[in-house]
Amino acid sequence: MFDLKAYLPILLMFIVAAGFAVSQVLISQLIGPKRRTPTKLMPYECGKDPVGSARERFSVKFYLVAMIFVLFDIELIFLVPWAVVFKRLAGPEFGLGTLMYVEMMLFIALLFVGFVYIWKKGILDWSQAARQEAEAEAEMLAGQSGERLRRAA
Amino acid sequence: MDLSNPYIQAALQFLAIFITFNVVLMIVAYTVLAERRILGFIQGRLGPNRVGPGGVLQPFADLLKFIFKEEIVPDKSTRFVYFLAPLIAVTAAMMTLIVYPFGPRVTLPYFGQVELVIARFDIALLYVLAVTSIGVYGIALAGWASNSKYSLMGGLRSSAQMISYELSLGLSLVGVILMSGTLDLYEIVEQQSGWYGFKWNIFPQFIGFVVYLTSAIAETNRVPFDLPEAETELVAGFHTEYSALKFALFFMAEYINMFTVSVLATTLFLGGWNVPGLALLFSPGSIPFAVFSVIGFFVKVFFFLFLYIWLRGTLPRFRFDQLMSFGWKFLLPVALLNVVLTATLVWLGVL
Repeated sequence: MFDLKAYLPILLMFIVAAGFAVSQVLISQLIGPKRRTPTKLMPYECGKDPVGSARERFSVKFYLVAMIFVLFDIELIFLVPWAVVFKRLAGPEFGLGTLMYVEMMLFIALLFVGFVYIWKKGILDWSQAARQEAEAEAEMLAGQSGERLRRAA
Repeated sequence: MDLSNPYIQAALQFLAIFITFNVVLMIVAYTVLAERRILGFIQGRLGPNRVGPGGVLQPFADLLKFIFKEEIVPDKSTRFVYFLAPLIAVTAAMMTLIVYPFGPRVTLPYFGQVELVIARFDIALLYVLAVTSIGVYGIALAGWASNSKYSLMGGLRSSAQMISYELSLGLSLVGVILMSGTLDLYEIVEQQSGWYGFKWNIFPQFIGFVVYLTSAIAETNRVPFDLPEAETELVAGFHTEYSALKFALFFMAEYINMFTVSVLATTLFLGGWNVPGLALLFSPGSIPFAVFSVIGFFVKVFFFLFLYIWLRGTLPRFRFDQLMSFGWKFLLPVALLNVVLTATLVWLGVL
């Protein structure tokens, strides 16, 4: 019973929303004043000339969070269809309640074990790891500058 | 006019979408004004009150200012992505407008029985979750494309925060889905009618409601979770380099997301358009019944919007490590526990 017509408003809404957004960008391109100076076009850094590019390396933590998110989001996606049919299939008409309940609880338990593992591994600790990282970096920089000073002398 | 003609139906839907779109834009504009006024009162000052009586024309003055501002594209930015990011953010935010069930069935002259919702399909809740999570791209790309250190930090923080809290947000909704057995928002609201408001999902799903509200505030990057635009450390976060109407688009996206979150909270937990005891005064399906139901719906939504502003005037900001450990180590296990608890109760036939 798949009726594509019910999804037509999504397309219409997309046309309205995207049309609105594009028109806003065009309007400010056309109407706003254009007095450009090199200083104005610099990336903002509190009035200082920016040093280097902003696109440098950043903490690996952000990648880790993204990876864990994908794992748990898949868990969530598994849970949703199960949750939709659970009440109906657990009812007297089908009587699959115990089977479905035990299966999903096993699945959640397995994932929870994984969750405890990453917790104990310290992947979710930002403060401690960040401090260690910063300390290591400061040590490294101190070593470098010490070397440079020695070479200069 | 033949109402069963598909073209006429599409035209009517387009009209309805256009009207909703404008109504929501007005609500957003006046939420901003209300926020500035209420924050003013909380902080013992007046807030904007000069444009028009009591400041009611302030949003239009702001709009004019946005239009006539110079648009600056930083020379080191990646131009295409820089322009694309606000478009993604605002389009993703607006795409959810069509599934809000804002009123009950009503019998209108000429049209017959009408459900007060623009689009009704089975997977509405999943659709809302899917579309709103596209908004992360807008923010992450904006932070990266600006090529400014503040923007990049804001974008990174924002993506990490939004994906972390999306888990507990999604899990808190599973409890409601378990109880109602459907993803159709309209049907979820209808199941909560009756019993003078004691059928609202907030009573059996109180843990889910609290988890939902907390993670929704984080998801919309609002105080106390506004790390992506923490002005004391990151200037303005991911939209530091944006000016004129492109900045306005990000601003609008944030407020539309707030509105969406409030509508979802109302729909899923507070009974949507159900007003306790209204069926005693008017017969369901009549026009006054529908009018008061829609008013009840908006009262609930505005309560949540007020809550956002209230929180902003009250709470200080989290630190980033506190934010991440709160999301992962507290909200996520609690949300999982709520799912297990609800499933157990449904299995035992209590709920």
